[in-house]
Amino acid sequence: MCTSKRRLARSVLLCGILLTSGTGLLGADDGPLGLGRPATEAELRAWDIDVAPTGEGLPPGQGTAQEGARIFSSRCASCHGVTGKEGPAPQLVGGQDTLATKHPVKTVGSYWPYATTLYDYIRRAMPFPAPQSLAAEEVYAVTAWILAQNGIIAQDAVMDAVSLPQVRMPNRNGFTQDPRPDVPAK
Amino acid sequence: MAHDELTPSDPPPVESPAEGQADGRSAVSRRALLTGAAAWAGATAAQAVWSPLEAAPISASKPAPGTEDTTRIPGHPPTPYGKRSAFERDLRLAGATSSLAPLQALYGILTPSALHFERHHNGVPVIDPARHRLLVHGLVEKPMTFTLEELKRFPSRSRLTFIECAGNSAGEWHKPEGRTAQEIHGLMSTSEWTGVPLALLLREVGAKPEAAWMLAEGADAGAMTRSIPLAQALEEALVCYAQNGEALRPEQGYPLRLLLPGWEGNANVKWLRRLKLGQAPFMTRDETARYTDLMPDGTARQFTLVMEAKSVITSPSGGQQVAPGFVEIRGLAWSGRGRIAHVDVSTNGGRTWQPAQLQDPVLPRCATAFRLPWRWDGQEATLQSRCMDDTGYVQPTRQTLVSVRGVNSVYHYNAIQSWLIAPNGTVHNVHV
Ligand code: HEC
Repeated sequence: MCTSKRRLARSVLLCGILLTSGTGLLGADDGPLGLGRPATEAELRAWDIDVAPTGEGLPPGQGTAQEGARIFSSRCASCHGVTGKEGPAPQLVGGQDTLATKHPVKTVGSYWPYATTLYDYIRRAMPFPAPQSLAAEEVYAVTAWILAQNGIIAQDAVMDAVSLPQVRMPNRNGFTQDPRPDVPAK
Repeated sequence: MAHDELTPSDPPPVESPAEGQADGRSAVSRRALLTGAAAWAGATAAQAVWSPLEAAPISASKPAPGTEDTTRIPGHPPTPYGKRSAFERDLRLAGATSSLAPLQALYGILTPSALHFERHHNGVPVIDPARHRLLVHGLVEKPMTFTLEELKRFPSRSRLTFIECAGNSAGEWHKPEGRTAQEIHGLMSTSEWTGVPLALLLREVGAKPEAAWMLAEGADAGAMTRSIPLAQALEEALVCYAQNGEALRPEQGYPLRLLLPGWEGNANVKWLRRLKLGQAPFMTRDETARYTDLMPDGTARQFTLVMEAKSVITSPSGGQQVAPGFVEIRGLAWSGRGRIAHVDVSTNGGRTWQPAQLQDPVLPRCATAFRLPWRWDGQEATLQSRCMDDTGYVQPTRQTLVSVRGVNSVYHYNAIQSWLIAPNGTVHNVHV
């Protein structure tokens, strides 16, 4: 996404903004205001649920597609379809090689650049009627099932905090940076 | 203007019970049919609508509200929380996960809070502000939590800004899909927002210099998350608790939301409960699977955060009825990059253009109202508006936009809107 040079430039800029807007907004006083209180370990544990592409944030536990099949059919298939293709909720499986066609089908298999995003999203937002109701092992298993159903991993591949970030998504290099303004004035 | 649109089949104005329903009008008609018409078989349709909504049934001695001489009857006493006149009926158009603002029925640049568009990913949560906390952590010296009361003690900033959903007008990529300005462009609204500058909040926790991205997370049933590039966001971002002078509306993120002036709506995370600083984007679902713009070659643009300049004539617009003679052409223009510098209007499908007048205030990253006096001669006419912002960016024609991006990018559609006025005065969404 961004080179380390770009990152450095960004953080220098960030420091600058923090400093200048600090003085600009507060006048002479530059120190913290003393508002708020330190976050507790319990607060962090309860809310810090995001998973980065590096795998940072993935919990202990593991699962396979075989285990995930049962969870998907009981907790997900009613909306996403028995094979993950039928809907009515968004199609999760298939669509490979359609992105450059007239009717692109964007699914986990055809479009998503990171497998970690799948864990993160299912953990926080699915099943739709009862988000955050799955245990870590169940999220790993159902994540594995969706990946295997897309032909990205084997049925018996074990997904855990080490293996999931290593899964190579077919559309990993399909994204570009914002080139706008890109449309010429007529 | 709302009254210009009345057609004989429309029910007369009703009290607010119908408000907030997606199909307020038909709900009223149904009620009128079920109770009114049956009970008051001899009454006119207009009277029948009133009967179920009034405390007392209509009788010969009590005329329908609004028909009496108001100088002879005492009015109602003051009320603790006001509501609009029962004669005003413009509503948001609500679907399953969004509702559209009735742009063609609004005046000036501010959207009334109750009509501000909505978009959410698993409903509007009910949050007690006394229990709500904002957690700020990650690459910071001191991870901290803040209560609403603490956030309100910070130095505050207010600003007028539009918010537009990245998917606004998305139906237009393929064909003229929507009928009205509301149906096509209603995922855009403008409010005055008040809150804490993000920069001050980050100074309070001691943001580390290597922090370059910020994850913002909502307390809704999707725990919606987006990664925000800090260097671009910091100068203007606010953590907001107020909208148009009072607390945020629940649909707008009560009690706390992120405001990134000029950026796609989805990044302005609502029901904000957590900010986490990191070195790289977190690659959440809503910045990978969604809100990325698919190009004809199969690649997709990511982090296309700014909403580019766009304008739309709101009157006359689709679904309205124009009478020959004087017409004030009115509309809105906005740009996520800065101020609106100029708006041109065409009445002949873009062959010739005339500069429109801009209404003060003309603010950066805020809707700007424009107008042009015109005489409609009763002949077929195609109205268009084309805006330019202070970076020199000119709103593209649909043809130019599509020639660069194809028709499958879903998001960030900002092409010139064309309204065809037919000789009978009806107005239609067309692509020229
Ligand atoms: C009641 C219906 C329902 C159930 C049950 C359900 N989902 Fe979903 N799912 C949805 C809807 C609706 C969306 C789209 C949400 C949005 O766009 O905000 C969605 C989105 C998703 C997405 C993202 C798709 C994309 O392309 O962005 C994934 C992945 C997903 N669901 C996985 C699951 C899994 C795994 C389960 C079972 C544990 C599950 N869902 C159960 C309705 C459901």
